[in-house]
Amino acid sequence: MLYSEKVMDHFKNPRNVGKMDDADGVGEVGNAKCGDIMKIYLKIEDGIIVDAKFNTFGCGSAIATSSMATEMIKGKKVEEALELTNKAVVEALDGLPPAKIHCSVLAEEAVKAAIKNYYDKNGIEYDKKMFCDGDCCHCHAHDDEE
Amino acid sequence: MTIYADNAATTKTSKKAIEAMLPYFDKIYGNPSSLHTVGQEAKEALTEARERIAKCLGAETNEIYFTSGGSEADNQAIVSAAVNGAKKDKKHIISTKFEHHAVLHTLKKLQKQGYEVTYLDVHENGIVTANEVKAAIKPETCLVTIMYANNEIGTIQPIAEIGKVCREAGVPFHTDAVQAVGHLHIDVKEQNIDMLSLSAHKFHGPKGVGALYVKKGIILSNIIEGGAQERGKRAGTENIPEIMGMAAALEDAIADLDKNSAYVKGLRDKLIEGLSKIPHAKINGDLEKRLPGNVNICFEGIEGESLLLLLDAHGICASSGSACTSGSLDPSHVLLSLGLPHEVAHGSLRLSLCEENTEEEIDVILEKVPEVVNYLRNMSPVWEDLESGKKAHII
Repeated sequence: MLYSEKVMDHFKNPRNVGKMDDADGVGEVGNAKCGDIMKIYLKIEDGIIVDAKFNTFGCGSAIATSSMATEMIKGKKVEEALELTNKAVVEALDGLPPAKIHCSVLAEEAVKAAIKNYYDKNGIEYDKKMFCDGDCCHCHAHDDEE
Repeated sequence: MTIYADNAATTKTSKKAIEAMLPYFDKIYGNPSSLHTVGQEAKEALTEARERIAKCLGAETNEIYFTSGGSEADNQAIVSAAVNGAKKDKKHIISTKFEHHAVLHTLKKLQKQGYEVTYLDVHENGIVTANEVKAAIKPETCLVTIMYANNEIGTIQPIAEIGKVCREAGVPFHTDAVQAVGHLHIDVKEQNIDMLSLSAHKFHGPKGVGALYVKKGIILSNIIEGGAQERGKRAGTENIPEIMGMAAALEDAIADLDKNSAYVKGLRDKLIEGLSKIPHAKINGDLEKRLPGNVNICFEGIEGESLLLLLDAHGICASSGSACTSGSLDPSHVLLSLGLPHEVAHGSLRLSLCEENTEEEIDVILEKVPEVVNYLRNMSPVWEDLESGKKAHII
């Protein structure tokens, strides 16, 4: 099989799918041109992520990593969620094929983008270098056929 | 229940092909190059298979060279024409933007060696015209290589007309007919074809065997060096069982071609009609000049791999030209060559049918695809932007 059982489970039965109208932070990363976009919504109370939702356009692993990442940050302090790494998401999913690792990077960046949005909205200061510009195509150049 | 709708990827080997192969594993197992009786029995079988395959294509027996499949045949045809051209200082090749990679990658390699390649546009309908080929021919053109029918979108090229234009200009014409052989009527003489590649597993023959038709007078260059097999042009002990399976499968396909084609076209058109009802979906490629079993459609706002995986969970085997299924970040070059934007090409679905598919299976596909498309659209931020009017629909 292409994917682990856990990836297939999170792909076929994704947790936390959907929009959130009263989100405290929303982050969208990716590019439709590249074939994946993730949008993560966070509900934050007293510095704790009380709820997380996602909408994703992308392949099986993009949906599975969105699902897993939202599961992993729910109930965490915002600072803890910022420490979520793509590696931790991959491990929690029992691995991803090498070509799909970028999906986990996208999940990590989507969480960070949502938190950045929360910081911006609430005037909380942060180190800008911690966040990417949200466009995966900058990190993953298109393979122009040689 | 498994619904196999990926016959352009490969087909199930037919019972007739399997039966035709079996004696050649343990009864007539000799090496055709051996002089003894056991070897000569195998050689007779090989000659007979070559005659039968030639007949199916309207070719002469000694114009058929057995290969490991379509890719090898494509490689050898193109490299041979390039070598022949270079001898006369002709190093220009004409092809199209949507060839199979067996052709495109061989051409890229030649470009690095100093050959010039013109890649013709295939337009929105996925068809190149003979006039465009004619206009691209230069005094130094040594080859025109254009596929017979496209593997992803199934569009059929005007092969006889292109062949005529090439014949008039004195330029050799090769066609990668891997998707066409066994599904369309082919006569290499009538259609002015100089070289043609075919692969057995696309018409219910075994995998790992194919053939290259080469018109008498065209000199082939070896890709595989070694022995004197295939008149010295392709070394390696012949894969007799599979060659026998290929001959049986091809004869069978051609005997039932009209009947199967009419039946499969009926299923295809029912599928196209039903799937076209899904909003913001677009059938790719010409609807008329199209392989009997090919359906290729893009759904806006979703990505092809997740669509395939969910269809697979419903027992439906299909294919997609999305980046995630191609192993790169770019979607299929075929869909891009039609002028489709990346984000639309990512949402493509190819269903390729054969005569074993049933009406009931089509009904199941028509029930499941809209369900899965809706489900994925509901979780897609791209779809949300399209539906809210934040972005404009493309299709």
